[in-house]
Amino acid sequence: MSYPSLLLQLAQNALVLLIAPLLLGWTSQCRAWMQNRSGAGVLQPYRNLNKLFHKDAVLAVNASALFRATPYILLACMWLAAALVPVLATGLPLSPAVDVIALVGIFALARVFISLAAMDIGTAFGSLGARREMLVGFLAEPALLMVLFTASTISGSTSLITIVETLAHKPFVLYPSMVFAAVAFIMVMLAENARIPVDNPATHLELTMIHEAMVLEYSARHLALVEWAGALKLLAYTTICIALFVPWGIAETGNWGALPLAVAALALKLAGAGAGLALLETLSAKMRIFRVPEFMGTAFLLAVLGLLTHFLLETAA
Amino acid sequence: MNIPFSGQIINMCAALLLLIAFAMLSQRRILSLINLFALQGLILAVSTSVVAYSSHQVHLYYSAALTLLLKAVALPLILHRLIRKLNVKWDVETLFNIPTTMLAGLALVVFAFNLAAPISQMAGTITKSTLGIAMASVLLSFLMMITRSKAVPQVVGFLAMENGLFFAATSATYGMPMVVELGIALDVLVGMLILGIFFFQIRTAFDSLDLEHMEKLKED
Repeated sequence: MSYPSLLLQLAQNALVLLIAPLLLGWTSQCRAWMQNRSGAGVLQPYRNLNKLFHKDAVLAVNASALFRATPYILLACMWLAAALVPVLATGLPLSPAVDVIALVGIFALARVFISLAAMDIGTAFGSLGARREMLVGFLAEPALLMVLFTASTISGSTSLITIVETLAHKPFVLYPSMVFAAVAFIMVMLAENARIPVDNPATHLELTMIHEAMVLEYSARHLALVEWAGALKLLAYTTICIALFVPWGIAETGNWGALPLAVAALALKLAGAGAGLALLETLSAKMRIFRVPEFMGTAFLLAVLGLLTHFLLETAA
Repeated sequence: MNIPFSGQIINMCAALLLLIAFAMLSQRRILSLINLFALQGLILAVSTSVVAYSSHQVHLYYSAALTLLLKAVALPLILHRLIRKLNVKWDVETLFNIPTTMLAGLALVVFAFNLAAPISQMAGTITKSTLGIAMASVLLSFLMMITRSKAVPQVVGFLAMENGLFFAATSATYGMPMVVELGIALDVLVGMLILGIFFFQIRTAFDSLDLEHMEKLKED
């Protein structure tokens, strides 16, 4: 492990923490433009965080230590996940730890804690949100794993680094199975990040909430941490999506000259992903909660089909 | 893996055809169903012309042109006209239990892939690995015909099945002789016209396009 790569790892960790609210702001801004509103600007999430950090926290009288600790655990999980995904370069000190199954595990850990914290206070909406989150989560997780397995069978490893290197630095090959995997992954991403067909991030109606219902009781710095963690989760999913489906432009191990190009490519891809997400959200309407299992079932089915097509089309030759 | 680039494009088209077959299976709106059918015809034409280009089979270009003309333009236009005249353009069919249907579809895909594996091992064409997908699309369209009760989606299912058969013929043997293909194309066109007349007859007799009415033998 050399010092430059250690530095690069630290820089990447700081970068994901800082640009996560920007991606959220950019997505909301694109959505506003598409809906003919002027929008609040791409920096609005930073202003929100700043405001929340300067407020005094209010806690329910029966809140336990778990309720207070959860925002920190949540932020730690999401930061770890977002920092592990190779965004700028491969071959960093944390690279050996980047296993796709471990990533899914980190997301599951965060989900368990936020659901427990939501039920901790004992209000009706918290428990309702927690149950719905668990319903969506347990349907989304197998689909996500199947998508990742499809990518793993192509590259022969569950390490995200190996997958990226196989896809980005080998001669270009069209993988039909990745088409299925991409569609399934986008569906999972919408569900996991509480975006529109499944959940509305901007809703004020408690009965339709999923994610928002769980964090209703949080205020001030706790809420800021939860929101920051949400932004990091969106960034983590977007970067996984980029790593799996459009990995070109990432810097190779020890190739420092490619870094500026990698930064530019990342900015371009994130901007595209944010705009695409806003477009998807503008085009679709929120579905009933009982339609969600159908939606997630379709995602799982597509992921399995991707795996099957891989064995049919890509291993025969 | 060393498949030539044209082979990769054909594989990609095959994967898209499978994707569309599943989209049709779960589509509730008749209008979107017909648009999906048109898209299927378009992809079929693209893949056929790529096969023609890579295998230097001139007659396949004619089939591709015929497919484009008939299945991506003519038949969808006729269907659009029909649903406008029958006033079922915005009909939404109540499909029960889509996840179960999709799981059944998945089982069919596994079955078709296994069935096609020994055949494609013996075939020497560039498209040999897509035979499984072609059979899967045939079976999926068949499943769609079984699960639908309205007349128009059933006919779309029938036409989609013909698309699957055509794709199977291209992937197994570089297409059928030109005479056979022309005959089938004409059959489909005439069949479509006759079925269109049937729709009107069914509607005047039963006041509905729901084919479940036809299962009763006695009038009550």
